[in-house]
Amino acid sequence: MREITLSKAVNEAIAEEMRRDGAVFLIGEDVAEAGTPFKVLSGLVEEFGTDRVIDTPISEPGFMGLAVGAALTGSRPIVDLMFGDFLFLIMDQLCNQAAKACYMSGGKLSVPLVVRTNLGATRRSAAQHSQSLQALVAHIPGLKVALPSSAYEAKGLMKTAIRDNNPVVIFEDKLMYNDKAPVPEEEYLIPFGQANILREGSDITLVATSSMVQVCQKAAEILAAEGISAEVIDPRTIVPLDEETILKSVRKTSRAIVVDEGHQSYGVTAEIASRISEKAFYHLDGPVIRMGAMDVPVPFSPALEDITVPAPEGVAENARRLIRGEMFHAA
Amino acid sequence: MERKTNSEDYLRMYTQMVRIRAFEDQANQLYLSAKMPGLTHMYSGEEAVAVGICTALTDADRITSTHRGHGHCVAKGADFRQMFCELLGKEEGYCRGKGGSMHIADQSHGNLGANAIVGGSMGIATGSALRAKLQDSDDVTVCFFGDGATAQGLWYEVMNMAALWHLPVIYACENNGYSEYTATEEIAAGSIVGRAEAFGIESFQVDGQDVLAVNELAERLVARCRKGEGPFFIELKTYRYHGHHVGDINRDYYRSKEEETIWKEKRDPIVNFGQWLAKQGVASDTELEKIRAEVKAEAEAAVEYALAASYPDVSEVSMHVYAPNDAA
Ligand SMILES: Cc1ncc(C[n+]2csc(CCOP(=O)(O)OP(=O)(O)O)c2C)c(N)n1
Repeated sequence: MREITLSKAVNEAIAEEMRRDGAVFLIGEDVAEAGTPFKVLSGLVEEFGTDRVIDTPISEPGFMGLAVGAALTGSRPIVDLMFGDFLFLIMDQLCNQAAKACYMSGGKLSVPLVVRTNLGATRRSAAQHSQSLQALVAHIPGLKVALPSSAYEAKGLMKTAIRDNNPVVIFEDKLMYNDKAPVPEEEYLIPFGQANILREGSDITLVATSSMVQVCQKAAEILAAEGISAEVIDPRTIVPLDEETILKSVRKTSRAIVVDEGHQSYGVTAEIASRISEKAFYHLDGPVIRMGAMDVPVPFSPALEDITVPAPEGVAENARRLIRGEMFHAA
Repeated sequence: MERKTNSEDYLRMYTQMVRIRAFEDQANQLYLSAKMPGLTHMYSGEEAVAVGICTALTDADRITSTHRGHGHCVAKGADFRQMFCELLGKEEGYCRGKGGSMHIADQSHGNLGANAIVGGSMGIATGSALRAKLQDSDDVTVCFFGDGATAQGLWYEVMNMAALWHLPVIYACENNGYSEYTATEEIAAGSIVGRAEAFGIESFQVDGQDVLAVNELAERLVARCRKGEGPFFIELKTYRYHGHHVGDINRDYYRSKEEETIWKEKRDPIVNFGQWLAKQGVASDTELEKIRAEVKAEAEAAVEYALAASYPDVSEVSMHVYAPNDAA
């Protein structure tokens, strides 16, 4: 199968959906000629023109609001939010307006829009360009949240997001834009709420999202060399969450570590870990361990930044301790 | 025009502009030689803006800066060594390596900090001015931002309050013609000064390549702010020589080489001011050359120092998340 970058995969997904449905348009800063700072959208304006690939001023709450209004009245906008950190600027339009319109109208309104943005530290971009804010939006009923972990995932999830009749926030890992993965030429979609078992195992379950999937895959390799068999599960979407696949795995392995790049406290890992604890309690041989980014703003200095994010050896070490039967908690 | 008669002041402004240029040249080299973590936004070409304005301020006056903030930092009096240490993430940096280029701040000279959120400092600057008023202090706050930042709604909210309450804040819009990879005309409808005027704020346009013109206006407005006549707005027409950031090399698709050449060859704030100084007999070409050489040597030494300096200890990672409370 051909291999393409995550960046190209996103580009293809958007182009295919724009060809398929004239109601889909893109809006954001430097999305047209510049094709975004990461060059993900290069070429789209040439095919679809400036009516459907719209460059905006630096007015995030403004263009997010326009997207909500357009979506309420028949368009299917894709909002390009250059950095996940800028979610804080659009929160009212996204969380008070888009997320609630369907419910508040008793199901009469819908807001079919996608916010495509990113997450991830270790790019030396400091505290306002490195956050992983998926927990923030996952907390708001009415929003769906997708976390692709490879080029293949990014394409399939983006296409599903665009066809969904609800506001979807999709986070790409900005360190992965140039990573290649096999992606079929033929069309495919990845349904929301269906976790992916990347590696089967019997001793421990590693649930990992987005950037942390690679980390857990590497941890699983380290463990395999030591005779420990780890199962790696990528939920793909955290809202909706495929609880069944995760619970089934934990009932088999009796141990679990949940890893996500959001902050350690009050995060995605806490939600998934507590569901496991509640619903697979009698199958567990130890506490469910959460691993997230340290509870500090992301520091600029390379000497500090790298240690704020979970790494394969840290995951492997926690797995060993769980298997040894130690009672502990991470961080 | 009432001009400074003191040649020392002129030479200080010249030197400060040369320092900014030298700092940026070194920072660019650090990027090109892969010795600097991450990306940075160069201020080269816009020196007269920061220097003209900051020369009108004292250390008690505050500024807020932007992602393109090295120039403001130098102009407000910062030290090269601590700045380069910050750019390299070293312990001796202004922010102990935690902020980097986009968050560099220097409290000792009243620089409240660069900001990686476009328009993110508009509230902060206005709030600093509110504090000055509440505490009967006569300091002034200057809010630097780019033309692109005028698209942020926050600005309109805080301008309204600044005007209602006569706050001592000067909004300084550095209009370098581009917002990332897009020309200003494509993202700003109507007039930029008209935006501030709509709130009844006295507004000015000035040539941002002419350090004397900028300084003369700034001195006047700062003095008026101290008397409670603020706020003010200034649009400074200027140009950035490099790409949006150091990695923005191939930029023909949004900005022509010819345009860049014209600004660099005809409108350079340092060259033009140097020529003026020589013509006025303030300093000879040789003296100016000596200033440039000394500054370059200082910048090179600071880079060497910063490269050799140590990183913060890993234990610092969880320090400074919260400010300590005073002991009971
Ligand atoms: C809220 C926000 N939106 C977008 C960005 C990305 N960004 C960084 S600089 C920039 C352009 C800023 O243009 P301008 O204000 O004119 O300043 P200049 O870079 O020209 O100095 C953009 C869009 C950001 N940092 N913050």
